[in-house]
Parts: sequence; C-alpha cells; structure tokens
Amino acid sequence: MLLEVRDLRVEFRTRDGIAKAVNGVEYAVDAGQTLAVLGESGSGKSVTAQAIMGILDMPPGRITGGEILFKGRDLLKLKEDERRKVRGAEMAMIFQDALSALNPVLTVGDQLGEMFVVHRGMSKKDARAKAVELMDRVRIPAAKERVRDYPHQFSGGMRQRIMIAMALALEPSLIIADEPTTALDVTVQAQVMDLLAELRRELDMGLILITHDLGVVADVADRIAVMYAGRIVESAPVHDIYKAPAHPYTRGLLDSIPRLDQKGQELYAIKGLPPNLTKIPPGCAFHPRCPMARDVCRTDVPPLYEVTPSDGTRVSACHFWRECLDDRVDGHVNG
Amino acid sequence: MPEPQPDEPHVSGGQRATENGAIAATGLDGTMDLATTEGETLEKGLGNADAGGPADKAHSLWSDAWRDLRRNPVFIISALVILFLVVISLWPSLIASGNPLKCDLSKAQEGSQPGHPFGFDGQGCDVYTRTVYGARISISVGVCATLGVALLGSVLGGLAGFFGGMSDSFLSRITDVFFAIPVVLGGLVLLSVVTSNSVWPVIGFMVLLGWPQISRIARGSVITAKQNDYVQAARALGASNSRMLLRHITPNAVAPVIVVATIALGTYIALEATLSYLGVGLKPPSVSWGIDISAASPYIRNAPHALLWPSGALAITVLAFIMLGDAVRDALDPKLR
Amino acid sequence: MGRYVIRRLLQMIPVFVGATLLIFLMVNVMGDPIAGLCGDRECAPATAAQLRREFGLDKPVWQQYLTYMGNVFTGDFGTAFNGQEVTELMASAFPVTIRLTIVAILFEIVIGITLGVVTGLRRGRPVDTGVLLTTLVVISVPTFVTGLLLQLLLGVEWGWISPSVSSDAPFDELIVPGLVLASVSLAYVTRLTRTSIAENARGDYVRTAVAKGLPRHRVIRKHLLRNSLIPVVTFIGTDIGALMGGAIVTERIFNIHGVGYQLYQGILRQNTQTVVGFVTVLVLVFLIANLLVDLLYAVLDPRIRYA
Repeated sequence: MLLEVRDLRVEFRTRDGIAKAVNGVEYAVDAGQTLAVLGESGSGKSVTAQAIMGILDMPPGRITGGEILFKGRDLLKLKEDERRKVRGAEMAMIFQDALSALNPVLTVGDQLGEMFVVHRGMSKKDARAKAVELMDRVRIPAAKERVRDYPHQFSGGMRQRIMIAMALALEPSLIIADEPTTALDVTVQAQVMDLLAELRRELDMGLILITHDLGVVADVADRIAVMYAGRIVESAPVHDIYKAPAHPYTRGLLDSIPRLDQKGQELYAIKGLPPNLTKIPPGCAFHPRCPMARDVCRTDVPPLYEVTPSDGTRVSACHFWRECLDDRVDGHVNG
Repeated sequence: MPEPQPDEPHVSGGQRATENGAIAATGLDGTMDLATTEGETLEKGLGNADAGGPADKAHSLWSDAWRDLRRNPVFIISALVILFLVVISLWPSLIASGNPLKCDLSKAQEGSQPGHPFGFDGQGCDVYTRTVYGARISISVGVCATLGVALLGSVLGGLAGFFGGMSDSFLSRITDVFFAIPVVLGGLVLLSVVTSNSVWPVIGFMVLLGWPQISRIARGSVITAKQNDYVQAARALGASNSRMLLRHITPNAVAPVIVVATIALGTYIALEATLSYLGVGLKPPSVSWGIDISAASPYIRNAPHALLWPSGALAITVLAFIMLGDAVRDALDPKLR
Repeated sequence: MGRYVIRRLLQMIPVFVGATLLIFLMVNVMGDPIAGLCGDRECAPATAAQLRREFGLDKPVWQQYLTYMGNVFTGDFGTAFNGQEVTELMASAFPVTIRLTIVAILFEIVIGITLGVVTGLRRGRPVDTGVLLTTLVVISVPTFVTGLLLQLLLGVEWGWISPSVSSDAPFDELIVPGLVLASVSLAYVTRLTRTSIAENARGDYVRTAVAKGLPRHRVIRKHLLRNSLIPVVTFIGTDIGALMGGAIVTERIFNIHGVGYQLYQGILRQNTQTVVGFVTVLVLVFLIANLLVDLLYAVLDPRIRYA
C-alpha cells in the first residue's frame, strides 16, 4: 500500500466545546489507484486530508490517535523537518479555490519554481525553465510569456491548472485533490478533471479525490470511501457502490443525484442535518436521519462490517448492511 | 484592471492607502488612526454580514453584541470606570471634600500626608482634590466634542454617501483638505486667539477639525449598506429616500460610527489635555488634568507626584474609552463570532 | 501609470489650495500680522498703516492669499518676527525635524513590525497579551505625558541622556525624542502588523505554501510577510507627514529647535508669515508622501494596477 490511514482521530477546540472532526477513519490508497472520498461538508473528509498532508491548524486542531502509514513509515512519528520534505515532493495537494490558494503577490513562475528551488536546490533560472515546462504540461497557452503573470491575471480554469502543475511539479507518488473543480464553471470542470485523471495515469500516482459530487466520481475513481460525522461509513470498489450501496447514508447520497430516467419525480433529499461535531449522537451517528434505524442503532456504534459477497475489500458501518443491500437488489427504490 | 476611483468605496487598495494616509494626519500624533482604520474594517465586516438580511438582522446583531458585551470583562471594567468618572465629574464633592482652588503656598510641593493622599502641587493645592475635579472638564469636553463630531460627521457623510454624485465628490475633497492639516497645529493656531476660558471654544475646535473622520466612516458604511440586496429591493419597490435612509440604511450604518466615536472620545480627552499643556486650551483657574500636568512639569524633579497623579487619571480615562470602543467593536464584528 | 500620476497630481491641487487657504484664514483670524514688527512696543498708527500697505494687508483676504502663494512659488516665504527670512528658519528647522522623523520612522519599522510579527504569530500567548496591553497603554497615555516621564526618568533621574537636545540636534541626541514622537504610531504599527499577520496566516495561500513543503522561515518570510506588510508599509509611509506636523509637543518637551518649535514660536508671537510658510510646506510634504504611498501600493500589490 502507498498510503494507509488507521484509526485516525482529530479534534478541534471550539467555543462550544471539543469538536470531534475525525473519529477513527480508515482508508488506503495504492499506487496508480484513485480513491474518492465522499461526504457532506463537516464529514471530516478535508480534515483527514489535511492531517495526511500535515497542514492541520494546530491549535485549534489536535491529532489524538491513529497512524498514517505512507510507504510504510508512520508520518505522525516523523519530525517536522522530515515531514516537510515529504510534503510537496512525495505527496502534494490540490486545493479547491486556486485564486485564494495561490499567493496573490508572487508570479506563478515564482510559485511553481519555488518547488524546485526548495526541494531540489535548483537555481532560480533553471527553476523558471521548469515552471514553463510544467505550464506547458498542463496546457496553458503561451506559457513562456505567462510565467511572469500573477494569479489574478488567469481565468479560473487556468488557475486550477496552475494548482495542478504545482502539485505535479516534483512528480509525487500521492496527490490529494480537495474538491478540485467545485469552484469552476461547469463547462471547465470536465476539462480540468480529465486533465487531472490523464496526468495521474501518466505518472502512475495514487490519487485521493475529495468531493461531494457523485457525478464526477463514477468516471475517475477506482474505489469510494463515504464519510459521515468523521467516520468511514462505507468503503467499496466504485461499481459495487453504484450497483447496490451497503449503507443507508450512501443510498441517500445516490438517490439524491438527479437522474434522467426519473423525470418528474421529486428529487430525494436525506432528511435532517449533519450532526453537530461537539455533540455526535450516541450509537450510529447517522441514526437520527436514517430511515431504517432501530433501537440497537441508538446505543451500539456499528463496527466496520465486511460486506459479502465481495472480494474482501468492501466494508460498511451499518448494523443492517445486509438489508440495505437487499433492498436495492429487490429493485425497491427509496425515494 | 481596476482603476482607483476616489469617490467609490473600497474599490482598490490605492484608495485605501489614501484613506489611511489622510486619517493619519488628523491623529494626535496618530492616535485617531486606530479608531478610524479599525472602524473601516468593522464597517466592511458588517456590510458582509448584513448582505442578506432585512432590518431584523441588524436587530439581532445588536442583541448578539449586547449578549457578548455582558460577558466580556474588558467591557465591564471599562464601563464601570467610565460610570465612576461620569459620577465624579457630576458630583466631585462625593469623594473629595476640599476646594480645588484653595491652595496654601506654604505646603507647595509637599508629599503625601494624612487627609492629602496625593500631596500638594507647586502652588500648594491639594493634588487629590484637583485630580478629582479635573475629571469634569475632561469628560465634558470628550462627551460634547464626540456628540458634535458624531452628529455633524454622520449627517454630512451619510447624506453624501446616500446621494452620491457631485455633493459626494465635493465633500470628499473637503475632508481631504481637513485631513491635510495636523490637528495639534490647527488647535494652536485657532485657539491661540481665544481669550474666553470656557470649554466651548475647545469643543468647537474639535468638532470643526474632527467631523471629517466620522463623515468618512459614515459615508463608507452608508454606501456599503446601500449596496445590500434588500436595500436595492426596497428601492425597486419604490421606497422613498427618507424611508430608505431611516428604516434600512441608518440601522446598519450606525455601528461603525458608534465604535469609532467611542474610541475617538478617548482621543479627544487626550487632545484637550495636550492643548492645555501647550497653553492654548483651558487656562487656570480652570481645573484640568492638562493644566496640572503642564504646571507640574517644570518641577518634575522635586514633586513628581504632582505630575504623576493627574497623568495617571488622564491615562486611565483615555484607556477606559479606548477599551470600551475595542470591546464594542469586537462584539459588533461578526467575523469573530 | 503615467496618466494616473498626472491625475493624482491634479487632484492634489484643490486639496493643497484648500488646506493652505484654510490655514491662511485661520491665521488671519489669529491676530494682527504686524503686531510683532515694531519690536515690543505697539506700532504707531501711521507706521502701522504704512506697514499694512507695504504687506498688502489693506487688500481683501483672497487677494492677499494669491499674492502670498505667488511669492511662495518664487521661493519667497516672507519675513519672520525677528527680521529673518522664513526660508532661513526653514533651512535650520527642517533638517532637525527630518532627522527626528527618520529616527521615529526607524523605531516604527524596527520595533513596531518586529513586535507585530512576533505577536501575530503567537496570538493568545502571554507575549501577545503583554504586548497588546502595552500598546493600549501607550496609545492611552498622551505623548506629552510619555515625553515628560521619559525625560524625567532617563534624563533627570538616571542621567542616561541630556534632558534637552542641543541646537545641532545630532542623531544620537534624538533617539529618545524620536521614540516619544513615534510612541503612539509605534503602538499602532504593532497592532496593525499583528492583525494583518494573524489574518494572513489563516490565508489559503499560506496553507498552500506549507503544503508545498517549504521550511517555516521561508513560508513566513516569502509568503506571509510579503502580503501582511502591505498595509503596514503604506501606513508608515503616510505617517511621515503626520509625524513632521505632529512634532510640536515632542520638540517642546526636549527643546528641539525644529519645525514644531518654530511654529510654536510663530503662533505665540502671532507671526503670520512663519506659520503660513511652515504649514504650506508641511501640507506639501503630506500630500507628496500620500502620492508616493499610493504608487508604492501598486508596486507591492500587483492586483492594483493604475490605468
């Protein structure tokens, strides 16, 4: 495995108490694989990513437990200086809003070249040449001239390409993309996503794609991990999930995608709101919103059940995963 | 690329720089900058927070702020200090039985003794009594000047911001002119001819040179409020100008003015003392901290207490108002919530 | 850029005229411009009338203003109370005040920014709270009190400095007066830097810089500081004009014969020419400093480009 997250726990100190943002997350990504992490905002998907990258704001954040094994080493046990050398060079991150994620007062050339200056000890001139090369690679027209431009002088799509170029600069083995297309126009979203997928294939990297958009996932992901209230509630190969979800929350997410064959029907929405992270409900955190919740869900936290029949890589955190699975097989659509 | 338009609010950093710069000039060696610039930030913050809501949003902003303030020790302490100062400036005899003008030269520069805890100044006057009585001038100058400045500034600035156009450009140029004149210097020139020994010329001068500061804040927050969607909607529905100003814009524009005015109040008190120190503010036999500090400075070596007590009182008073303004600003700033 | 500069220069004209006219009017109210010209005695009525004609004081105020400004632009600022040319007074006073202002600005830059960066990076820690409280106190204590106290402690009690500055006013004697002059702005620079640093430190681009694996010092120096200091630099720039005009109190305390001292004397002796002349130059300095700051802003922040 390239990356394995084991029982990761993260808390935030807030005005209203301790917010448990991540509560024992487990997932893994192999080289050349794309893992899509799905979930509503506040489900802990971005916090997990930041913990992996080592860019959590601490304080108020605090990692209270777990392991992050990257190429066999536990990143949480590394010294900050060793950790820093991993960031950018071996794993890199693409942020949602490139306009605010790029430094407004430095040219894109400086910001791209900086990777080579810092990690590879290149001269400024060589780094600039590398920057042009990277911009060509993400297909920014007239890269040679535009390398001296500032981020605000680019369009949204072009800026996101620069973000991607920056992440790819040192050809890391893992990329974490945090909603990389959410801030873009719909027409540009597909282009940027295709570019990212293509470059991932070329460089044979692992990719963690964080999103709340199930539409994007089907095309690019190999596996899906669904998060709710800081936990993985279901993790499975992408086809299995689309065929039959083994967790009511996943099913709710799938049912809330608008579909052409259900024209005229009201769009399904999961009732209720995601829980307050300072007061996560006891038992299964999803039970107040779950259509199939029973007494045991209110008291017992469901473990990650292995879902069968499957090749052993599918898990669900639902006491009644079997019923959930069958429900769909029977053709009964909740909605 | 945006071109800076001096008559548009917050269009560009260039304009902001000018505003800061202009403001810097009014400051009593820079004191007022604090109020103004922090007020600007606040006004922007408020503008954002209120963008979606109607007038009840402004209402909840105030009640939220009040709830925050009641729990803020800084607010409670400064409010208590100010309350105390107001009370003793109204009834100084409550805590000081002596007469501030009754002096005994034979006791000049003597230190603390029973019944005279702060000792005596160079004229043999009781420093404690004079310090207590000095609060009256400081507080009345501060309060009156602030009221005058806030009233004149927010009316002029608010109208200019609301109607825009020529009157706005004209007002902006006028404020620029006032900002270009250093305050202490203006006070020296104007007040050096005044022979009347009352607080009114000093207050009048502060209003004359102080209003542009508030007018700039009021103008900015009115323009921000005017651009809110619900105000635009009210306009589209045919609300009259006066109705819009009173019902929709004033409630949202008033917070930054209050914050800046509170902090400015402290700086006016300091300014009064500075002018009195320079000999152009109030003159003896008025009892003012500025006068006492000035009078004590030549024999600072022999009787430092005569300088330290009124200085301390002055500093605490100014500090109380600045902290109060700070606390109110924090409570009204939705970004911190 | 060129067009912008020209437009800004044109915009400065009405402000310059307005500010100088305002001061001219104020000084005219101030008193009799010829009062000091006959020595300590009152002028005889005939002499007074003749002097008035000579100085053009029998003409309407606006005409006097135009004549005065006409003279100013040919370098003639008139005569001071003691018969000295006002330009001569300026030649002796401005270098002193400029030196004082330089010292003050250096304090703002070195101490203000350093404290602001340190506290901004350690928000909520004891250092932060301590510095923040200190700045509040410094802001609350009027400059003349700070000045008198420092003079008392350093000059009189401990004898580290001479309580008053000699007439040459070399840099080393101006250190404490410069600190006094800077004190309030210094506190303000600290607070401004702190707020700016703390705000930017939460910025997405700083997180990006960390995610790129840059060493902490590089993140701070190259990414955080560069952005955070833009408002601070512009504040300090505009403060130059304010400090020069605000030096009256400091110069009086330490007996420095600079611009503030000459202005104070001019006002006490009701000498119109001195007051108007010095104020005119101060207004010019203020306006030019503002213009330069505006242009500097464009250099520091590429998002602002002037058409």
